[in-house]
Amino acid sequence: MGQTILHKADTRGAADHGWLKSHQTFSFGMHYNPERIQFGALRVLNDDRVTGGGGFGEHPHDNMEIISIPLRGSLQHEDSMDNIAVIEPGEIQVMSAGTGIYHKEFNKSKITTVEFLQIWLFPNQRNVEPRYQQISYEALMKPNAFTQILSPDQHDQGVWIYQNAWFNIGKFEAGNKIDYKLKNKENGLYVFIIEGDALVNDQILNTRDGYGLWETDLVSITSTTVSEILLMEVPMNL
Amino acid sequence: MKQTEILVICTHQEILNTIVRLINSNSELHGIGANTLEQAITLFKATAFDMVLVGAGLAENEETELAGVVNKLSLAVPVVHHYGGGSGLLFAEIYQCLGKR
Repeated sequence: MGQTILHKADTRGAADHGWLKSHQTFSFGMHYNPERIQFGALRVLNDDRVTGGGGFGEHPHDNMEIISIPLRGSLQHEDSMDNIAVIEPGEIQVMSAGTGIYHKEFNKSKITTVEFLQIWLFPNQRNVEPRYQQISYEALMKPNAFTQILSPDQHDQGVWIYQNAWFNIGKFEAGNKIDYKLKNKENGLYVFIIEGDALVNDQILNTRDGYGLWETDLVSITSTTVSEILLMEVPMNL
Repeated sequence: MKQTEILVICTHQEILNTIVRLINSNSELHGIGANTLEQAITLFKATAFDMVLVGAGLAENEETELAGVVNKLSLAVPVVHHYGGGSGLLFAEIYQCLGKR
């Protein structure tokens, strides 16, 4: 029998800085909940909304795999490795911060709000050379199926990171059942409902709910409405 | 009220400055930075720290050496890794380490 943990959307930490509204599944910034530190290697799952013209000024990062997935709007990124990029829905960006980088990111629009998921995973190696990668996965997606968008292997589909983790994303009509088989029995699966409702094994989940499962090798996911779902398979033992 | 004294080691000077500044923005905490192993050991021998926060840049053997020195001089002082290089995880790492909310 596997183990599970449920994080309902309305139990997340919330921060409102005017230009930034953030909901934080795990402890982040001034939001500290000792019961909500991480799910294995998954340390940060922030659901951020930045108003038009707003953004994060230049700030540092080190030793963390930082993944951004835009949901609405466009996010402009600039970093100390001379990368200048815009990421949009259907794309995923990763920074392996390693020995240290500076970056800034801001809403490309002066008017409309940008919504994106900011996800941080502990790396499996400290002090690597920083790297940046961005891909579009939109063309890879098929209706009512999960598409791999992240892995530990640079030759595999999606972006790659310094961690034995796999991300899949999918858009579903109501009534589709998918079984997800974990790549590694030592890993756990964190299911995040971006939009809609779903049944994960026997657990009902709604928009922005998170559900972690581990000590299992197969997870059943059924969309009960039109839905968009992100699966994050991550190591549980660091 | 006694401040929690934190030694921060990070070889990336700008990130070190950021972490120390963030720590010192909290009146309950006091941070001092070192950007080399030697400097960290010298500071640790001279000051009573409550915890040691190891940021980016030290080689694995240097991290081991630092932990060994801390262990030898003061077994009760925890040595923890800092991840992220900014405010995101910093306070959770400190509070988690010190076992308080």
